[in-house]
Amino acid sequence: MLEIKDLHAGVDGTEIVKGISLSINKGEVHAIMGPNGSGKSTLAKILSGHPAYEATSGEIIFDGQNLLEMDAEERSLAGVFMGFQYPVEVPGVNNAEFLRMAHNARKVKAGEEEVDPLDFDELLSEKMKMLGMEKKYKERNLNDGFSGGEKKKNEILQMAILEPKLSLLDETDSGLDIDALRIVSEGVNKLRSENNALILITHYQRLLDYIKPDFVHVLSQGKIVKSGDKALALELESQGYDWVTTAD
Amino acid sequence: MSDEQNSVSDLLEDNQYKYGFTTDVESDTFAKGLNEDVVRAISKKKNEPEFMLNFRLKAFEKWKTMTEPAWPNVHYPPIDFQDISYYSEPKKKKVLESLDEVDPEVMRTFEKLGIPLDEQKKLANVAVDAVFDSVSVATTHKKKLMEQGIIFCPISEALQDYPELVEEYLGTVVPVGDNYYAALNSAVFTDGSFVYIPPDTISPMEISTYFRINTEETGQFERTLIICAENSYVSYLEGCTAPQFDTNQLHAAVVELVTLDNAEIKYSTVQNWYAGDKETGKGGIYNFVTKRGKCAGENSKISWTQVETGSAITWKYPSCILQGDNSSGEFYSVALTNGHMQADTGTKMIHIGKNTRSSIISKGISADVSSNSYRGQVKIGKNATNARNYSQCDSMLVGDKSSAHTFPYIETANSSVQVEHEAATSKISEDQLFYFESRGISRENAIEAVISGFCKDVFKQLPMEFAVEAQKLLTLKLEDSVG
Repeated sequence: MLEIKDLHAGVDGTEIVKGISLSINKGEVHAIMGPNGSGKSTLAKILSGHPAYEATSGEIIFDGQNLLEMDAEERSLAGVFMGFQYPVEVPGVNNAEFLRMAHNARKVKAGEEEVDPLDFDELLSEKMKMLGMEKKYKERNLNDGFSGGEKKKNEILQMAILEPKLSLLDETDSGLDIDALRIVSEGVNKLRSENNALILITHYQRLLDYIKPDFVHVLSQGKIVKSGDKALALELESQGYDWVTTAD
Repeated sequence: MSDEQNSVSDLLEDNQYKYGFTTDVESDTFAKGLNEDVVRAISKKKNEPEFMLNFRLKAFEKWKTMTEPAWPNVHYPPIDFQDISYYSEPKKKKVLESLDEVDPEVMRTFEKLGIPLDEQKKLANVAVDAVFDSVSVATTHKKKLMEQGIIFCPISEALQDYPELVEEYLGTVVPVGDNYYAALNSAVFTDGSFVYIPPDTISPMEISTYFRINTEETGQFERTLIICAENSYVSYLEGCTAPQFDTNQLHAAVVELVTLDNAEIKYSTVQNWYAGDKETGKGGIYNFVTKRGKCAGENSKISWTQVETGSAITWKYPSCILQGDNSSGEFYSVALTNGHMQADTGTKMIHIGKNTRSSIISKGISADVSSNSYRGQVKIGKNATNARNYSQCDSMLVGDKSSAHTFPYIETANSSVQVEHEAATSKISEDQLFYFESRGISRENAIEAVISGFCKDVFKQLPMEFAVEAQKLLTLKLEDSVG
């Protein structure tokens, strides 16, 4: 589904990602871990199409399409979802209306009719029920005044509505207390299927107690220095990053 | 409605000012300069009754003793009032008997602006008075309105046909010496609209005036007077555009509204005068306007809604004098500045009567290197027992070179009153737009959503078609400025 080939990328002319290759298939969950400054965040920004970040060489092929040639809007419509580390607040724009806009953008792309507010409310209610979310998420404005945990939950709600093929969750666990972490993780688990894939970008392994990855990759200084299964994350937990980053 | 949307976006393609064309008509234009003879000549040209000439001369004497206001937060080189022509009209043979006699070029101009005036195409539910430079060229639906006793005509015509009505009300809300530009307008105004709604009448359609400045070195000084008698209601719309010139044109209008007992006037403006070159700031309209309404009667109401998107400089404070007991005033404003535009706009709510209420909702959006100021005064007199005011002034900054300022003035002389003021500043950021885009929502829709969210309390006051157009206009103006 996703094929990253020898990707080099950075911001403001500074190379941060220095040759990453990674292959992700349908139904898989990959965790990308690493210390601060290892390039995790840059990789996420590049995948989501953030205009400030630039890929200098290499390829990213998603479902047969060259992702690097697509802008953020096209990537989203093609089925890539980015769960932001710091979702922005947009006062004045109702959350449900925002979700409907995003949903309808897909309808338009597929040549289908847009969904009116009433029908959309049904869909939204159903997804919110599944994720155990309160009614306030419909009524409030987009992330406006949300706590850190509420913002992350709202990201998962968006993921549920948009049903992406590939989701990228960037530091979704940061700033969450243990209850919020559990709720968010349960939501993500409910959305997993054989047809979609998940990339978890995280500093800590605690998220992986809740969302079990099939593969764990350790990033250091812009490269993947070690790949393994869930056991690798546990080893990192007990021994720290020095263990892998200084190994080579 | 979708036609309307399309026409707006088509015309605004590439973010160019869509109304920047000029029309080649033969004009009868006065030589530049201002003195008593010019004032007399305007009055004579219009064959005005004597009271009108005296009104003008009094205003002119007053104006000569006054100086331009220096307090607004705007900057421009001094205006040479002798370098402006004070009268310009499209040449025509004689008094117009019907629309067929209007210069076809002028008719086409209005059609191009989306305001068809001829009988076949005219807008069904809106009566339009079209003002071209200094004169009104066409007024639609006059007869239909007259069936209910509603007078809607150019003010020059009202001076001929209903001089006593004009004399009774003109200058009662904005006195001749009210301020520098109002005094100038009172001396040299050439045309504008006159509306009289008789008692117990709800106007069956929206009434609107569309202003167009065409000639390069002419000032436009229009005068609007709307009187709504007991138990009556009217909704009035005003639209403005001007061609693109490298020089600045002066637009100094005066609008007076009067409501008697239980009457209501709802006055909406979408102002899109040419704002000058976006990069250099060259050219554009100086929009120095005095708009004021007087709730003379009990339980009467005046509501101003304005969407200000154009003009190089805007200096404008649509205000309400709440004289009648239980009367109320409202001010809803969206002011957008981009490029080098400067706006100093707001309102005055003067509470005189008991239980008078006012509310102010102001939304300022500043982009590029523009400057946007809200200036508002709430003044509560000693007899205004239980008066209430609520003000909310929000600013949105686009980019980091623009500025927003808020200058609220509150004066209360009565201890039973309640005054609330809220203000907030926010930003439309590249991060917000990226967030929308990363959900598959186009940049254009994202800007529209953020802006209409910010302006929603004001837009919902506008008639539907106006709201749609206003929203599109703001979005298109901002597209280049964000990011």
